[in-house]
Amino acid sequence: MAARFRAFAAFVYDFVIGDDWLVAAVVVLGLAVTYWLSHAATVSAWWLLPLLLAFLLPVSLWRAIRAKR
Amino acid sequence: MGTGALFLAVFIACAVEAVEATTIVLAAGTARDWRSANTGLVAALAVLAVITAALGPAITALPLSALRLFVGALLLIFGLQWLRKAILRASGHKALHDEDAIYREQLRAAQAAAAHRARLVPDMYGFTLSFKGVLLEGLEVVFIALTFGSNQHQIPLAALAAVSAVVIVGLAGVIVRAPLARVPENTMKFVVGVLLTTFGTFWGAEGAGVTWPGPSDAALLVIAPAVVVFALALVAALRRVPADGTPAGAPMPVGAGEAS
Repeated sequence: MAARFRAFAAFVYDFVIGDDWLVAAVVVLGLAVTYWLSHAATVSAWWLLPLLLAFLLPVSLWRAIRAKR
Repeated sequence: MGTGALFLAVFIACAVEAVEATTIVLAAGTARDWRSANTGLVAALAVLAVITAALGPAITALPLSALRLFVGALLLIFGLQWLRKAILRASGHKALHDEDAIYREQLRAAQAAAAHRARLVPDMYGFTLSFKGVLLEGLEVVFIALTFGSNQHQIPLAALAAVSAVVIVGLAGVIVRAPLARVPENTMKFVVGVLLTTFGTFWGAEGAGVTWPGPSDAALLVIAPAVVVFALALVAALRRVPADGTPAGAPMPVGAGEAS
């Protein structure tokens, strides 16, 4: 039973998180900050997510190339 | 988002998944036993139907902002992973997705495996290979159709696009009885990465409470081209970086290396 649960958890992790956990972590963090800015600070934060992605994608690519070497 | 754009986005994304599932079923049927492979295919489709029936109403019951936040996050994570792989492939840092090579590898592994007969299935290996392949690729089809459809309140249209893609690719597989290597899969994966990233950004931010500048949905017309230009710039930049100790590759347009 425990082995099956571990296998299922590994499948979910692979399906949702994929090759680079940093991508998932930064996306969740970015959306959380956007939510906070929009609701608590009432700032129009439409620019935050695109800006974050402009940094995240090159960093993730760099990590993939570095890991391959 | 127009109905045509929704249909096209779901169709392309689901066609890519269907090509991969078709390759696996063809390998299972050719190397092992067609009855077992087809039984695996039907069983996986039945499981996917149950998952869709359970998830569909649950997703549509969510408030729109919560749905967009949740779906946007997932689409963005998926989209960036697809885009990352597509950029690595186009810049020569990752082998191009080659259905012929994948088919040959699946075939070799399937031929080498020992036979094991069950009561209703002549060959369990062929059944399992086909079942797992269709279920895994099918889950992505279900996810894409449900998320795109529910966000636009167009689940029937998204489902039609997904089913059309699966049926067309499946029929093509049956007709040629060979992996669909002529499908420009690497380019399609690049396009899907751009689409998922674009809609993930748009819906995720809206779900988090953002109002995009300009008229309704106009931001999509800015985000999508910006993602394309940025991704192509990254491809160009990474081509200058030597891949795995070998000299930097010659210019390789997105889609290069595919059968045409």
